[in-house]
Amino acid sequence: MEEFLREYLAVLIFLGIAIGLGIMLMLSAVVIAIYRPDPEKVSTYECGFNAFDDSRMKFDVRFYLVAILFIIFDLEVAFLFPWAASFSNNGAFGFWSMMVFLGVLTVGFVYEWKKGALEWE
Amino acid sequence: MLFTLIFYFFSLLAIGSGLMVVFSRNPVHAVLWLILAFLSAAGLFVIQGAEFIAMLLIIVYVGAVAVLFLFVVMMLDVDFATLKAGMARYIPLGLLIGVVFLLILGIELSDWNSSEIAPDLRQVIQPADIQNTEALGNVIYTEYVFLFQIAGLILLVAMIGAIVLTHRKREGVKKQDVVSQMYRDSAKSVSLEDVPSGKGLS
Amino acid sequence: MFPSDLTTILPELVLASYGLAALMWAVFSNTQKTGTALVWLTSIFLVGLSLWIGLATTGTKQAFGGAFVDDGFSRFAKVVIALSSAVVLLLSRDYLDRERILKFEFPILVVFAVLGMMVMVSAHGLMVLYMGIELQSLSLYVLAAFHRNHSKSTEAGLKYFVLGALSSGLLLYGASLTYGFSGTTLMSGISEAISDGETSVGLLFGLAFLIVGLAFKVSAAPFHMWAPDVYEGAPTPVTLFLATAPKVAAMILFARLLMEAFGPVADDWQLIVGGIAFVSMFLGSIAAIGQIDIKRLMAYSSIAHMGYALMGIASGTEKGFQAMLIYMVIYTIMNLGTFAFILSMRKGGRPVSDIYSLGMYSKQAPVQAFSLLLLMFSLAGIVPLVGFFAKLYVFLAVIEVGMYWLALGGAIASVIGAYYYLRLVYFMYFGEDGESLDDNMTRTSQITLVLSGVFVIVGVANLFGIIDISQAATGMLFN
Repeated sequence: MEEFLREYLAVLIFLGIAIGLGIMLMLSAVVIAIYRPDPEKVSTYECGFNAFDDSRMKFDVRFYLVAILFIIFDLEVAFLFPWAASFSNNGAFGFWSMMVFLGVLTVGFVYEWKKGALEWE
Repeated sequence: MLFTLIFYFFSLLAIGSGLMVVFSRNPVHAVLWLILAFLSAAGLFVIQGAEFIAMLLIIVYVGAVAVLFLFVVMMLDVDFATLKAGMARYIPLGLLIGVVFLLILGIELSDWNSSEIAPDLRQVIQPADIQNTEALGNVIYTEYVFLFQIAGLILLVAMIGAIVLTHRKREGVKKQDVVSQMYRDSAKSVSLEDVPSGKGLS
Repeated sequence: MFPSDLTTILPELVLASYGLAALMWAVFSNTQKTGTALVWLTSIFLVGLSLWIGLATTGTKQAFGGAFVDDGFSRFAKVVIALSSAVVLLLSRDYLDRERILKFEFPILVVFAVLGMMVMVSAHGLMVLYMGIELQSLSLYVLAAFHRNHSKSTEAGLKYFVLGALSSGLLLYGASLTYGFSGTTLMSGISEAISDGETSVGLLFGLAFLIVGLAFKVSAAPFHMWAPDVYEGAPTPVTLFLATAPKVAAMILFARLLMEAFGPVADDWQLIVGGIAFVSMFLGSIAAIGQIDIKRLMAYSSIAHMGYALMGIASGTEKGFQAMLIYMVIYTIMNLGTFAFILSMRKGGRPVSDIYSLGMYSKQAPVQAFSLLLLMFSLAGIVPLVGFFAKLYVFLAVIEVGMYWLALGGAIASVIGAYYYLRLVYFMYFGEDGESLDDNMTRTSQITLVLSGVFVIVGVANLFGIIDISQAATGMLFN
């Protein structure tokens, strides 16, 4: 078990550096930067006017469509990792089983393409 | 010892960020806490020896699902303040369901036993000399090929569903047609016309 | 191992290939006519498939290490599912066309839903069971929201999705507890693990959660709450689809899971299923009384009918399972007929669904009205019609095992339920003579309505051999 954890030591060190660096940068901004707030300086600025309305607005549903299509292909790719890792063990059958799977999703991809779901306008 | 420590660290992180998902005022912050919850769950999977699922959690949930949640939070433009106000009414019911589930879990775990033949039937592969991902790959594409292909079809249905429900053909959009541009030929598209004076071309 | 596996799942394989090919063909020839053509083509294909499954295959075959089974029980269900889906498609075409939602994705999604149901009824392991349910449900969620510019339809889709996902979660929880006890997800393995009758609390909770998850899918009370809203909001053809084939598939799956996996602990689940059946019958019958929307009314009617069908499972005997099969077939045919009428309910070109619009329909279209009267009488279970015999079989099955309270409750509930079916008939024959319905019933709908009307009378003779076939089918499950 100890050995198992040691394999992750590099990941841990990396995480430590990343978090440390992040905190350091934020802290340095607090320590070094000059901070003189003023109501006019910190208020929302919109071309000289006061802000008209809430900065949050409705997204177009097209963003969602792109995101969900991305997730589907993301999941498809997730199946490729174990396939690649065990490629030599599974022989021709494993190969063709993945080809069929990819074929089904290629059909879906062609459908998307022809429908114009991948075009922005 | 170190192992237990890591386990408690990730568990507390998961529970704490889970609570923050529910209680944070800003929905965008809630999604960010959710990402932390996913990450700590991934950590728990790692110490269980299920690296593949841990990495999948990061790739799929943190990388894609959480982003989608952010989109939805922004897209819906829901007034979360009023939504939260209505939540007070459902808190007792929610707590009750939570307590019931906790009790069920408690009862199950307090009197857990499995069948005599279960240990022999169980096919869990202890990743001793073989990588977790490879062990999964050894069965998914051969022994469980049927489930694997059904999974492909489910993804296909999800694709069709997403397009059917959200895709709109926009009318009157001018588009570049590359193929017809390439086929265009000056001999056919440019012509010299003799324009009779005072009549113009029709 | 492999070639025999492929021949066992050949019908599923053919259907999946058809779905993919149809999708490709449709998207490349995307014209106005594609949707109509594909609806026709798909229903012809489904009829052919059901004939092939029904006539060409025999015996019991297992595939993929016993996770998938092709036996008489599943073939019976597959034939019913494919045939009823074909009829649903034919009935839907006109409605979808008028509402301008006849896209070619509709038949494609139906094909994948049917594929999911076929996997469900052949599932012999918890994982295959789950994948089948998901393939079916995902297609149905999309179909429920198919009228996407219509707020009620999207609401129906959303509600169905959220509650369906919840029920899938409960089902998975139950499945993992069961796996924890038995060490396998195969039904034969589970039944072997509990064959000495020794169970644990974990396994019982697993069983309970599996039952809850499946009760959601068949919309049995107290897990029915999605049904009325979804039935009302979804486009009417989708409501019809939801009320027929998926119910059959989920019921068959229910029966197979309880019998083949949990057979040795039948005492434990008989009472739970009996209780669910009891509550469903009463809730369906009582809650339907106040409904004025005919689609909502049919939702409560289907909840009640699921209660009666579950009675057959609760008996835990071969006779009870056979009664359940017969009940589901009769229920499906009656629903197809009734919905053939509901689909054509329009006033001034717009679809209506309140029951007052039926006023004096008998004067306007006597033949249709009489067929509908027969169907209503049969749904209510009035004596000389097949609906009565369907109920009689399940009553006899539970009486045989001594569950008198269930039979008595069923009888009382069907008397209560008769009220709202008869109320519809009352409106047709003696209601107020208001603005009448449009006279626009398509030929297909007329034929379906009249044929199912004829079926509920003539079927009494021998149910067109359904009894023998269902007996053979259940016999294979029990031996």
